[in-house]
Amino acid sequence: MNSRTLPYLLLAPATIFLVVFFLWPFLQIAWLAFSTPEGLTLKHFQTMASNWKFWPTFWNTIILAAIVVPLQLIMALAMAQVVAKLNTARNTILYIFTIPLGLSDLAAGIIWLAIFEQSGFLNSMLVGLGIIERPILFLGYQNLWVIFIAVILAELWRATAIVMVILVSGMGLIPKEYYEAAEVFGAGPWKRFVKVTLPMLRPSIQTALILRTIAAFEVFAVVVALGGTTLPVLVGETFNWQFALNDRNVAAAYALVILAISIAATLVFLRVLRTPKGATL
Amino acid sequence: MTAATVAAEDKPRAVSDIGVAGRFLFWTSVVLLCAWVLVPIYLLFVNTFSSPQEVTAFPKTGVPSFDMGSVNFFLSFTGVLKALWNSVLVAVLTMLLSIGIGAPAGYALSRFEFPGKATFRMLVLMTRAFPLPLLALPIAVMFIRIGLDDTPLGLALVHTTLAIPFAVLVTFSIFSGIPIELEEAAWTLGCNRLQAFQKVVMPLVLPGITASAIFAFTISWNEVFAAAVLTVENRTLTAFLLQSLSVSPLHLRFAGGAALVVPALVFIFAVRKYMFAMWGIANR
Amino acid sequence: MAEIQIKGVAKSFGSFKALHSIDLTIADQEFMVLLGASGCGKTTLLRIIAGLESPTQGEVWIGGRRVDQLPPRERGIAMVFQNYAVFPHLTVYENIAFGLRMKKMPQAEVERRVTRTAELMHIEQLLKRYSGQLSGGQRQRVAVARALAMEPDVILMDEPLSNLDALLRLEMRAELKGVLANSKTTTIYVTHDQVEAMSLADRISVMNGGRIVQAASPVEVYRNPAARFVGSFIGNPPMNFLPARRNGDGRYHVAGIALDGPPKGGPELEFAIRPEDLTVAPGGLKATARVIEPLGAHTLVTTEVDGALFRAIVDSDIRIAPGDELSLVPKPDRVRWFDPETSQAVTA
Repeated sequence: MNSRTLPYLLLAPATIFLVVFFLWPFLQIAWLAFSTPEGLTLKHFQTMASNWKFWPTFWNTIILAAIVVPLQLIMALAMAQVVAKLNTARNTILYIFTIPLGLSDLAAGIIWLAIFEQSGFLNSMLVGLGIIERPILFLGYQNLWVIFIAVILAELWRATAIVMVILVSGMGLIPKEYYEAAEVFGAGPWKRFVKVTLPMLRPSIQTALILRTIAAFEVFAVVVALGGTTLPVLVGETFNWQFALNDRNVAAAYALVILAISIAATLVFLRVLRTPKGATL
Repeated sequence: MTAATVAAEDKPRAVSDIGVAGRFLFWTSVVLLCAWVLVPIYLLFVNTFSSPQEVTAFPKTGVPSFDMGSVNFFLSFTGVLKALWNSVLVAVLTMLLSIGIGAPAGYALSRFEFPGKATFRMLVLMTRAFPLPLLALPIAVMFIRIGLDDTPLGLALVHTTLAIPFAVLVTFSIFSGIPIELEEAAWTLGCNRLQAFQKVVMPLVLPGITASAIFAFTISWNEVFAAAVLTVENRTLTAFLLQSLSVSPLHLRFAGGAALVVPALVFIFAVRKYMFAMWGIANR
Repeated sequence: MAEIQIKGVAKSFGSFKALHSIDLTIADQEFMVLLGASGCGKTTLLRIIAGLESPTQGEVWIGGRRVDQLPPRERGIAMVFQNYAVFPHLTVYENIAFGLRMKKMPQAEVERRVTRTAELMHIEQLLKRYSGQLSGGQRQRVAVARALAMEPDVILMDEPLSNLDALLRLEMRAELKGVLANSKTTTIYVTHDQVEAMSLADRISVMNGGRIVQAASPVEVYRNPAARFVGSFIGNPPMNFLPARRNGDGRYHVAGIALDGPPKGGPELEFAIRPEDLTVAPGGLKATARVIEPLGAHTLVTTEVDGALFRAIVDSDIRIAPGDELSLVPKPDRVRWFDPETSQAVTA
């Protein structure tokens, strides 16, 4: 029977595709970042790092991620708890909570532009409530930290749903007997959350944090939509070096920096949130 | 005490019983969270359905005037319709390619044990962890050499790379939910492997596969970086909007945003049942 | 003619040997039961006959044709699976008709066969339903009807009753026996339940560790087990075993009594007797009663003989209390002997 070759036949298209469109370009990026016509070199990294924009870009990206991701985790936990407790209208509310999942980050940026823009809804509300007299230019280049906050809000709004969905699936796997046992032994609602839900959610939290952090390092369209070029981030600079400054090697170097911090974050999460063998559901 | 009163006092309290105050707090947070999600989208549509003058006017009222001025401006703006069409084309291609390539792999993973299985799964997982849009840079060079640069097919190929990990893992989970006994029964009733797949497995996995196809469509529709890198003349909507963000008038941007959002809303509604199957598999 | 011949079939999964060189012939229209505990290889053997697994070695012949290299659909078999495998997206009618449609049978014939088998399995009123609307027992009937509608030479059944509750299992067992007797097919039936095996089979193949230990009629397997394993596996409560030693007078001594053993027996043998073949009378094995279970029709007494557990079934009129000393006399023609090393029966 051809059941020995069949699996390989079925897998072949996907494997070939991934090798051609993932492994090969990956190797090319690595090559581009380290090479010149003369040979291997660190020159491109030096060019990248000595550029005045590099460190602000690097720290902007890291700080953004460091603020957004924990906030998203907390918010997603809250949303997941709410969903878990729902009986009526669960499906509708679930659909509403997951709407942002289907939206482009560009669309999210534009949506929050409508709010933060000088003639936008936030200003309108503040003036309407009498808090301020004239509209504030929120997104101007003088107010870097305001753009920061706007980006954080937009990202929080857009991408929390992804974390929430992962957590809700994980929660669904926890048998309710554990909660009942905890209550019998004296644990109130908060204690049950901390001592039963959170520990059993560890694998889901780990997965969600890894995926979300890597995505956070790639933030791009939201920043462009809200702040143009005022707030530089790693992917934006990669784009810049490739097209505006026409230096593909430095762009590749930037790409590798993004890869490096992604791997570093993954390793940290894998270590810190690992569950001992046998301690899972 | 009578038996009745003892029984009344003895009624067990459900573990999740939280009392009136708790209930009020709970529903308040539900409403707040829903508002948090829905209000920004509503505001976008307010702008979309206002005339161009109202979009730049101040202060905003928060109520749309249902003036189609902005929408008309958007649709008649040079390049917009072409960009919309390109987005559709690329997304459809991505959908077909990612399912066509990913589903057989998902089936193979769910039904067979073979050497190399773990390696393949590792490869697929790795692609999820990598900043994929960045691969667009060297791929752009590759495409120039083979003539796929600035074509819908070229971008679709990159988007498919984004979507394949999803397609493989989701179809793997869907196929694993169909007991192999059903296929075996079909084999004993006169079917060869292909017929058994068509007559027994396909009807049962069709809803799930459709959902992951729609999800692949959405991934492509929303993607920004690779689209901006790889398309110049044949821009997709996202690339178009990105390039013109700094120079286009406000009402164009908001109408464009709405054009991005509306299909996505529809898609997510269509696949809402499978959302957890799709994202939940991130746990595996 | 659907005689089945299994010649030297062996199966390994990696380094694990699931079946060691099986030889078995099943006559046309015989009802053969493969009986054994989990992991003994009975399901593997069935799946090899069906064509769902291929043997590592050996040949399978059905009706005079060699089939071990053929796919299931070319073997003339039909199968009933343990979890029924009723197609959820088709109605009961279409499930039963599935194999017939694959054969491109004309609609009139399909209609005839489907209604006939549905009536046979008492599900004619369910034909328009889907499997999600059926109970487990009903789904099982659909699975059987689907197999019968093919009018196959051979029907294979993989523990079809094991997922039903006890009462339903009893009913279905009787029904199946009747239906299959009339169907004129050769049947191979896999089960771990020895009562089912005894009740349904023309012959039972008792399997252990990937081998057939004994293949014989139910009565034969019960009365004359070919190996210690068969004696301990069949019968509830199981056979009793005690060590016996031959002494100078040529007789075997067991727990205080002397018995005539088989002439070919060695110096040490294992003595075996079924609980119902013991009577309470003087001159028998010395037993101390430990647990008394009055079961209505008779009483099951668990005793201690020579430090070993020893069960006896006695008349319910006899009064026994824990701690009583009893004398249990074995019926001479029901005593069995086994070689302690090879576990094979030692006959006269």
